Amino acid sequence: MTTNVSEQFHAVGEDIHDTKAPAGPIERRWDERKFSTKLVNPANRRKLSVIVVGTGLAGASAAATLGEAGYHVKSFCYQDSPRRAHSIAAQGGINAAKNYRNDGDSIYRLFYDTVKGGDFRARESNVYRLAQVSVNIIDQCVAQGVPFAREYGGLLDNRSFGGVQVSRTFYARGQTGQQLLIGAYQALERQIAAGTVEMNTRHEMLELIMIDGKARGIIVRDMVSGEIETHTADAVVLATGGYGNVFFLSTNAMGCNVTATWRAHRKGAFFANPCYTQIHPTCIPVSGDYQSKLTLMSESLRNDGRIWVPKKAGDDRAPSDIPEDERDYYLERIYPAFGNLVPRDIASRAAKYQCDAGKGVGPGGLGVYLDFADAIARLGRHEVEAKYGNLFDMYAQITGENPYEQPMRIYPAVHYTMGGLWVDYDLQSNLEGLFVAGEANFSEHGANRLGASALMQGLADGYFVLPYTIANYLADGPYEKIDDSHPEVVAARTAVEERIEKFLSINGTRTVDSFHKELGQIMWDYCGMERTEEGLIKAISMIRDLKADFWSNVKVTGVNEELNQTLERAGRVADFFELGELMCIDALNRRESCGGHFRAESQTEDGEALRHDDEFAYVSAWEFGEEQPTLRKEPLEYEYVEMKSRSYK
Amino acid sequence: MNITVRVWRQKNADDKGRMVTYGVENVSEHMSFLEMLDVLNEQLTLAGDDPIAFDHDCREGICGMCGVVINGIAHGPEVTTTCQLHMRSFEDGAVIDVEPWRAGAFPVVKDLVVDRSAFDRIIQAGGYISAPTGSAPDAHAVPVPKDDADHAFDAATCIGCGACVAACPNGSAMLFTSAKITHLGLLPQGQPERESRVIGMVEQHDHEGFGSCTNIGECTSACPKGIPLDTIAQLNRDLLGALAHGKA
Repeated sequence: MTTNVSEQFHAVGEDIHDTKAPAGPIERRWDERKFSTKLVNPANRRKLSVIVVGTGLAGASAAATLGEAGYHVKSFCYQDSPRRAHSIAAQGGINAAKNYRNDGDSIYRLFYDTVKGGDFRARESNVYRLAQVSVNIIDQCVAQGVPFAREYGGLLDNRSFGGVQVSRTFYARGQTGQQLLIGAYQALERQIAAGTVEMNTRHEMLELIMIDGKARGIIVRDMVSGEIETHTADAVVLATGGYGNVFFLSTNAMGCNVTATWRAHRKGAFFANPCYTQIHPTCIPVSGDYQSKLTLMSESLRNDGRIWVPKKAGDDRAPSDIPEDERDYYLERIYPAFGNLVPRDIASRAAKYQCDAGKGVGPGGLGVYLDFADAIARLGRHEVEAKYGNLFDMYAQITGENPYEQPMRIYPAVHYTMGGLWVDYDLQSNLEGLFVAGEANFSEHGANRLGASALMQGLADGYFVLPYTIANYLADGPYEKIDDSHPEVVAARTAVEERIEKFLSINGTRTVDSFHKELGQIMWDYCGMERTEEGLIKAISMIRDLKADFWSNVKVTGVNEELNQTLERAGRVADFFELGELMCIDALNRRESCGGHFRAESQTEDGEALRHDDEFAYVSAWEFGEEQPTLRKEPLEYEYVEMKSRSYK
Repeated sequence: MNITVRVWRQKNADDKGRMVTYGVENVSEHMSFLEMLDVLNEQLTLAGDDPIAFDHDCREGICGMCGVVINGIAHGPEVTTTCQLHMRSFEDGAVIDVEPWRAGAFPVVKDLVVDRSAFDRIIQAGGYISAPTGSAPDAHAVPVPKDDADHAFDAATCIGCGACVAACPNGSAMLFTSAKITHLGLLPQGQPERESRVIGMVEQHDHEGFGSCTNIGECTSACPKGIPLDTIAQLNRDLLGALAHGKA
């Protein structure tokens, strides 16, 4: 086998073969695993403690469920309330294999669609379990009072989402994430009142404590007083979300960061598939260099909107002045079968190509038109308003333009990260006692996540998977009590304190945000929608230079012993530099195009993504090294779903 | 455009606090209000000054973390969250006052950041349906009339930002509390705890030091999610019923 050019940046270690999934028929595996888990006597549960970091769908549901079971739970979030976590911003819906529409859906079909949608880079066993528990999630949420959309008969409504041929998506107008999160938040608050969960808001995890090979606690900073605190427990759960903000501009909340998982990675946890990033095609474009975040608009807009650019590069006429025959409806032209409804990755890349060719519209030429003129003519303004009114209002609010009168401008934006900490079937990382849930782990979406699947996975992990698997781990506890004076605790605390002192002492000439924006631009240009060998190698060197400049030239004002938002951001950006480099190395290693990762060197004659299953049907699990990371491959096997390539022409 | 902002600066909870004037030049009308503050903070940082602390997170109007009083109005001149307010709502040369939520139950932490943990404690006092994981019947076991589900949803869209409290002359959190009472009280799943819920939440509301509701309606006009005032009527009806049943 030829050596990969990426190997100048990393070592290659032994493959990972055991993911702890039971053998046997796939539909029996989760039952087998549940039956084989050890149980904990209810009277002993109080003596067992679990730290849960993050209060999004995965974290809040895990903390509430573990609290209900009687464990002593300590929950942490950086926001002022657990209800703020960014799961709240999810719009579309949540999938479940209920088959309430009697349209041929089943657990097996949801499993099949998810494996295929993930471009054959997810594990069959995990995905099957996800499809199985999806049905329980809807029951649970309804019982909690989540106000899903209903029909006149009082039963739940469903819709088809993301090009799937069955209607399995449950939704609450355009605010499904909000309603699901509030449900989990209320369950969590109920446990806080019951005294089973101890809540720590405005606390940020800055280090993981490892003792005798086990995750035993975390170091956090109280973001109001600046106090560095030690919290120990019998197990640690990270449910800290994705790392899309490495790009600076993304649809993530401003505070979303990689620090919790990156700190765990530095302590030995494998980081899997970091290069798998989902870029969503229908976001509102950047309007200027002050831009702080990007806003997603539901891709349901593509059901009726037509995407186009001027045929002539540099055409700066108003859209209404460009006659029909001088417009290029490029998706309809290139993909006549699917037209404007091609999957997210294809629509995003096509927009990039148009803009690269100088045909982009709006400020900086980074946008394409999404035009509703035909839909309004066909359906009438009233019907378009009924379908998309809230999205049109949102667009008008942000851009100051009226989308009923002129076409919307859209551009792709980073939206979700499929990569994350490597976990086994039990959602345990390679570090004993460290569990990872939701977007923070790498597991069920493979190289590409389907619409309405993120909410499903977050709640599956938190309500229905972790509570079983973590109990199995806790059954061997309680582990030896850890004192604050334990050398590993002292070392972790000292490391955190020294890092903070370092940030405050540099007193350079550039702001944290200016570094973050520059890093984001490098990531977007070279590790965004399309990656090349040359570009990735260049990006690695640029990131290293920028990181060195950051550590000698960043300016962090104020002191530690106060609410200091600049200091908070400095710590997050410092970790983004290291993650960004690993993302580029991972992307460089993966000389194939799959899902959210498109390598220009690996495409078909007509420019479509070309996978190389013979070489790359594996999970890339990266082990941290001070000098260089080590690649550990977990081979992927498909017993149930035949590996096929996607085609949308 | 060039603007002047007068911002509440308060070092910490013990500091007295004061308004400080800053000029911001070359403001684009497309900037969000918070992006304007970002630009100002970059200027302050480079000058070695302490940037202005303010709460914010999603910047798309749904997390409820942001919120300041702008020219005396909670979330400013448009009915939306502060993060969704854009500078095109102001004129060139404008002088804009920026203050934190003002309410006894929301103590200032620093500058524009306040402590809204009282809201979480109101929810802890009954703002939930007790449905332990794994105990749920099939989702279709209990149909819910569409009207009830829709109205429950309308009330459930509350983002917990606290604008209702900041806008209320009494500093009351009755709109926040009633939104949850209404959301859960309209659903069949919420019936068993309906009376204990309203008693518990209202007690906690008062205990936190929020003022009483005198039906002024400033809350609903400031609410970025349009939570209707009649949720408070619903709360009062539920409260009277619960008291009549001797649940207090």
